[in-house]
Amino acid sequence: MNNNEKHIHEPLFHITKRADIVWWKAWLVRLVAIVAALFVCAVVIVTITDYNPLQVYKTMFEGSFGSERKVWILLQNLAMLLCISLAVTPAFKMKFWNLGAEGQVLIGGLASAACMFYVKDSMPNWLLIIVMLVASLLGGVIWGLIPAFFKANWGTNESLFTLMMNYVAIQLVSFFIMVWVPSGSSVMGVINQASGSGWMPDLFGKKYLFNILIVAVLTVVMFIYLKFSKQGYEISVVGESENTARYIGINVKKVIIRTMIISGAVCGLAGFLLVSGTNHTISKELAGGMGFTAIMVSWLAKFNPIIMVITSFLIVFLQRGAGEIATAFRLNESVADILTGIIIFFIIGCEFFINYQINKRSKQKEAK
Amino acid sequence: MLSTVFAFINAAIIQGIPLLYGATGEIITEKSGNLNLGIPGIMYIGGISGIIGGYLYEHSTDNPVALWCILIPLICSIAGSALMALIYSFLTITLRVNQNVTGLALTTFGMGVGNFFGGSLLSFFGESGSISLITTGSYYKASLPFADKLGIFGKTFLSLGFLAYAAIIIALLTSYILNRTRVGLNLRAVGENPATADAAGISVPKYKYLSTVIGGAIAGLGGLYFVMDYTGGAWTNNGFGDRGWLAIAIVIFAIWRPSMAILSSFLFGGLYILCVYIPGLSSSAKELINMLPYLVTIIVLVIISMRKKRENQPPAHLGLSYFREER
Repeated sequence: MNNNEKHIHEPLFHITKRADIVWWKAWLVRLVAIVAALFVCAVVIVTITDYNPLQVYKTMFEGSFGSERKVWILLQNLAMLLCISLAVTPAFKMKFWNLGAEGQVLIGGLASAACMFYVKDSMPNWLLIIVMLVASLLGGVIWGLIPAFFKANWGTNESLFTLMMNYVAIQLVSFFIMVWVPSGSSVMGVINQASGSGWMPDLFGKKYLFNILIVAVLTVVMFIYLKFSKQGYEISVVGESENTARYIGINVKKVIIRTMIISGAVCGLAGFLLVSGTNHTISKELAGGMGFTAIMVSWLAKFNPIIMVITSFLIVFLQRGAGEIATAFRLNESVADILTGIIIFFIIGCEFFINYQINKRSKQKEAK
Repeated sequence: MLSTVFAFINAAIIQGIPLLYGATGEIITEKSGNLNLGIPGIMYIGGISGIIGGYLYEHSTDNPVALWCILIPLICSIAGSALMALIYSFLTITLRVNQNVTGLALTTFGMGVGNFFGGSLLSFFGESGSISLITTGSYYKASLPFADKLGIFGKTFLSLGFLAYAAIIIALLTSYILNRTRVGLNLRAVGENPATADAAGISVPKYKYLSTVIGGAIAGLGGLYFVMDYTGGAWTNNGFGDRGWLAIAIVIFAIWRPSMAILSSFLFGGLYILCVYIPGLSSSAKELINMLPYLVTIIVLVIISMRKKRENQPPAHLGLSYFREER
């Protein structure tokens, strides 16, 4: 080694990649991150409102579970967010940054709404619902396929492309609302209020049960698809290294396009569920930012559909709870976004401590 | 007719200025390889920090002085947005978190903070109604005294507040620094290939941090311009709308060149309000015209990826974090 060892500059600490980490340690890090996040949230709440943070958290809890109706709304929101998260997951696993879920959901919803608006009750309800479903899936697929096609053939930057497609979709929805609403108002009322054509039927007298069940099935299917199917394997290989994929004979173009068709179709399904099963109308805010939140949900769950149930529950709980705080303490509803932001910062930040190891300056060398 | 055209140009420039700030900030950020999708949130923060600063000052004194009315919101705005960009930098550069996820979380957070304080700042002080800082706004809106005397030219191009001209100067300056100085060369090297830059002795984290924070601060000024000059010191929740995303679109449209961003911003600003100036449009057709900026961006994105001209490509390492030991 060097003779003048004393002059070698060694930083106070350096960072190395962890090969593996015991599962309980990883979860401990995440738990610490969540607790730290809740603590920071409490500090923020107290500084801006002077309320007792425990009281605030209790109110949040009541906002989510306070009554049977609230629980159903919570489950419904959870199902929708989960559905969109499931949609973006295969694309993400392939490292295809589909930031266009918002637009794909909107187009799916628009297709459903168009069917409801034009068909009215000239078709039996079950047939109309099937037509709507097909139209929505097709709408979502088209919206997802366009950026995928350019990405596969010319390597067009997909995150920027899909981002722009969102706004094209938003304007398209505004356009159709303007066409459909004769008064020139930008708000579309409930479609087929009297006849209820194209409305998803209630199951056991519960309004949202159909949505929830469909998403539950979808979660399991997606888990199996990603984990145990050949196509799911191809997705992970393409995501890890495109060169490897090409080398072992995977048709990368085909995988990209196929995966985005799936991603778009599930987004379309979410649009269908939102229009037919939940809102019975269409608006620019149909997806309400869920397309973006879904990206965070999927990321937090490390692309595992089962864990996604937990992460999307966390986000929905926060949003419902913060909404309750807003009304109870007469605050602005945007408190939910602030809290969501803080918690996500902490959870995504803590992954660093799971993936990397911080080594302090070693004493051994100095002793030498 | 002519006066309508000039009124349109004037309106296009006014609409374009916040976009220009956002685009310049994002170009500086992206040149270092950081795709900061938090820009829309940062612009909200830039706006609301300025509003809070201005509000606190206007309420602490009976006769607000012009200098402080301008300086306090300006400093608050820069501090607020730089802090946001710092959060992003810490997460993506030091903790190597995925940039898309961090950016989107930052946007959620920023819009939340903006709308929260915008909606409840007055109630903290026991007032009701909506925020309106007319005095501060008027100082920001103040134009050159001789602007009105120069006829239609003066009205169109010289009647803007000082932040509008600052935006153009900053964009030109950025263009000069990026293309003509050593610092700019190093920064571009970091964005294109950080491993090479690192080997050449350039401190990658330093460049990434500085460019992201400075870029964020510049983008935040766009929010400040919007709330102080455009709306005259008033805040409406979600009033800033999707302009932040439009700014990111301009970065692509201007193929990562700040000087091109100036004209692109005015063009996009024009497209943003075009529907108001075309007579006899139905309200549904207006919505289709509002789609134009995004469609145009998509077309540009597709064309540059098809032509593969090397000087028109995004920074090669855009969106990826750099870890020295990972090869």
